[in-house]
Amino acid sequence: MNTLIAIIGLGVLCLLFEIFNLRKAIVPITILGLLGVLGLTISEFNSTESYYNNMIVVSKFSSTFSSLFIVLTIFLVALGHNFYENHQSKISDYIAIKIFLLAGSVAMVSFGNLAMFFLGIEVLSIALYILAASDRMNLKSNEAGMKYFLMGSFASGIILFGICLIYGAMGSFDVTEISELSQSAELPVWFPIGIVLVTIGMLFKVAAVPFHFWAPDVYEGSPALTTALMSTLAKVVAMAALYKLLSVMNADISESFKIVVVVISMASMTVGNIMALRQTNVKRMLAFSGVSHAGFMLMTLLSLSTSAGSLLYYASAYSLSGIAAFSVILYVCKNRDNEDIVNFHGLGKTNPLLAAILTAALLSMAGIPIFAGFFAKLVLFNQTIQAGYLALVIVAVVNSIISVGYYFKLILAMYTKESNEERKGTPVIIYAVAVIAIMLNIALGLFPSFVLDLLA
Amino acid sequence: MNVSLILIILLVGAFATFLAGDKLASKVALFFGLAAAGAAIVLLNHYNLGENISFINQWITQPNISFALKADGLSMAMLLLTTVLTPIIIFSSFGNDYKNSKSFYALILFMSFAMAGTFLASDGLLYYIFWELSLIPIYFIALIWGNGDAEERKKAVVKFFIYTLAGSLFMLVAFVYMYQKAGSLLLEDLYKLNLSATEQLWIFLAFFLAYAIKIPLIPFHTWQASVYQKAPTVGTMLLSGIMLKMGLYSVIRWQLPLAPLAAKEYMYIFIGLGIVGVIYGSIVALKQKDLKKLLAYSSLAHVGLIAAGTYTLTLDGLRGAVLQMIAHGFVVVGLFYTVEIIFRRYETRAIAEMGGIRTQSPKFTSMFLILVLASVALPTTFNFIGEFTVLYSLSQINIWFAILGGTTIILGAYYMLKMFQHAMLGETNTKPFADVTVNEGITLVLIIGVLFFFGMYPKPITDLITPSLEEILTQINRIN
Repeated sequence: MNTLIAIIGLGVLCLLFEIFNLRKAIVPITILGLLGVLGLTISEFNSTESYYNNMIVVSKFSSTFSSLFIVLTIFLVALGHNFYENHQSKISDYIAIKIFLLAGSVAMVSFGNLAMFFLGIEVLSIALYILAASDRMNLKSNEAGMKYFLMGSFASGIILFGICLIYGAMGSFDVTEISELSQSAELPVWFPIGIVLVTIGMLFKVAAVPFHFWAPDVYEGSPALTTALMSTLAKVVAMAALYKLLSVMNADISESFKIVVVVISMASMTVGNIMALRQTNVKRMLAFSGVSHAGFMLMTLLSLSTSAGSLLYYASAYSLSGIAAFSVILYVCKNRDNEDIVNFHGLGKTNPLLAAILTAALLSMAGIPIFAGFFAKLVLFNQTIQAGYLALVIVAVVNSIISVGYYFKLILAMYTKESNEERKGTPVIIYAVAVIAIMLNIALGLFPSFVLDLLA
Repeated sequence: MNVSLILIILLVGAFATFLAGDKLASKVALFFGLAAAGAAIVLLNHYNLGENISFINQWITQPNISFALKADGLSMAMLLLTTVLTPIIIFSSFGNDYKNSKSFYALILFMSFAMAGTFLASDGLLYYIFWELSLIPIYFIALIWGNGDAEERKKAVVKFFIYTLAGSLFMLVAFVYMYQKAGSLLLEDLYKLNLSATEQLWIFLAFFLAYAIKIPLIPFHTWQASVYQKAPTVGTMLLSGIMLKMGLYSVIRWQLPLAPLAAKEYMYIFIGLGIVGVIYGSIVALKQKDLKKLLAYSSLAHVGLIAAGTYTLTLDGLRGAVLQMIAHGFVVVGLFYTVEIIFRRYETRAIAEMGGIRTQSPKFTSMFLILVLASVALPTTFNFIGEFTVLYSLSQINIWFAILGGTTIILGAYYMLKMFQHAMLGETNTKPFADVTVNEGITLVLIIGVLFFFGMYPKPITDLITPSLEEILTQINRIN
């Protein structure tokens, strides 16, 4: 609860900075503020409390995921310093929107009531719509924002519809009450329908097949930093929220539902990976790679009671490598009108450090040891085999092999092609973010127990 | 004092090399390579005195993974092969100038680190991590410092990477499956598992895919020749000298003891695959015009025979295989080095463009001849011992296996000597051929010395490996 209040306070503060004309100081102060909030969240780690008639329930799950979201936001805010150089007059708006987005994310993992959950998802989505369209002179960005808004509000509508049906069936918005009632023998048919509708809406937010069509276009059109935010923070938030939603409302989901999850997971991995193979735009490629990672993360839904730790680990590994990759993309594609692979040619010679970081990030996503991505997949496979879905694991393994194909396309472009133009300047903050993110990723790979045991 | 010391030396060496800068890199790398070799010899001493030099420490609690390094005779032998060959390989590159040499030498040491780890690890996941980790440095070594057309090289290297990764991921699934059963991936816990015949078959096949690609066995060998040709010689040496042995070692250490029923049931098929590799490799080698490709196919033939030896599941077969692994490691590094020496002078690897080297450089030619003869298993060389033991074990299973496997010696002698004749004798090339330099001489004499010493006195190595092979055999022959 304190986390949420502190975050919103920080967001308001960011808006006030604009009034007092302190734009230069906004990034460092926001980062300091977020670090403070992170400390606050960690200090409350072991307490389980509920506030306002169960509106907000602070648990281990919510505080660990909130901490991850805060860390990601710190990175994204830091990258904003360089990215918004030419938009100084609006920087405080952009930063404030990101902070509010964080508030929505935290609400989405610490809700105790479906109304609060919906509030969280709307705060998050609206912030994302704005950010997607934030490059307002750019046609592509406008298109992305519009597309995302239309599709996203449709999904929100479906979620709301589902929530209504659940309320109709159970007579309550409170998840613990719903959970207790769902144990009873006679369930009104509206309840499973409602659950399915909410799940569909959330699958849209995580961009799982067949609800992924918006992702590549929106990722490509949005400003690069927004894409970074969508593919890291927004994706893991939606995934964590879906996980929490299903696990608190009815922990033992039915077999037929599990089969649907298996099919969607397989389809997401396969379609995402195969489509990614053909992309020449790095943002589109990462959008499809994100679709396949969503497929991997959906595997956690098959063993809801035990897999919170592995979801946290996978989310951290994936989003940290995503942050590292995107900081390199931000550097390389600054002042370019597209993010095609051509831009990365020869990066291995012109900027070995960033090339190495991008390589490491991609290797982590591909699941090569010693990076965290490997352990994330390993733990996930372990759990899924335990739950009895060996076939799904084999599909996942085949997909891991396919994914190497396109991750290596980018690595090869950096090391074997000749560079076409020089890049000037060494933006310290981008370097710092990339190095810290990849270091955290490797540290997670070396000491996986540190995160895995948090939610065990 | 335990075996983790070697891993630490190699890893620290890799970082130190990188930090030393381009000028000092090769010397620093050589220093750490020699230090690791020295440490390995000291550790071997400790091991022979009966001290426990294994290392085990809990790493991840959930899932239960340990950082477990086990040193028995077999892994010590492979460790020695790795640590002795690494400085030789580094030293062999001293005549060459590499761009960005600090990364180059750091990658060599890092690869050596990963390979040493593979030979030592006794926890399934740790083993898998080292196994995969060794792939990344060779990928970059071949990609960035390789030769030939960049596009073709890229294709060959990526094919190699995806192939090997694809194979090993199925091995990972097998490990995860066994973890479910055993609750741990420690080798001794896995040995205790009682798996049904069907489970064993699937596990055997999952491992087989990983190893057959790495070794490589027919029909998974298609990556080999082009990567050998495109990689820089140092990379080819690392690949053929040590990395191939990772696959063969793993067959003995992991595949056979974990799935003995499947290994026994389908023994003839796998021996057959090895033998087919021998014949195929030898015949294709006959036709090669490129020296490196010729050696690649001859390598295919030799490892086919070694693999056939391991799948006999007899003590002789395993012992011969391990001996031949070490012998082949040395001889193939030596042969690739001679190719490099020729290339430094003639700037070609095509056999047709060589000739008449003997009149200009008798010293080099005699050393080359010795290596050629060693590779076709001339008695008194180490390779003879290995190949003979393997063939003997094959004859115990079925005499035809031995006869067909024996073609490696006959055909090998034919194509190797034919190559020698074309390259060294015959008409003199217009370009002058300077005799070997001191550095080149030292390297070659060292390798030849090793081959002859163990050829005449293999007892230290057989004594070292036999007890652990016997242990593995009891594991294979336990009643399920």
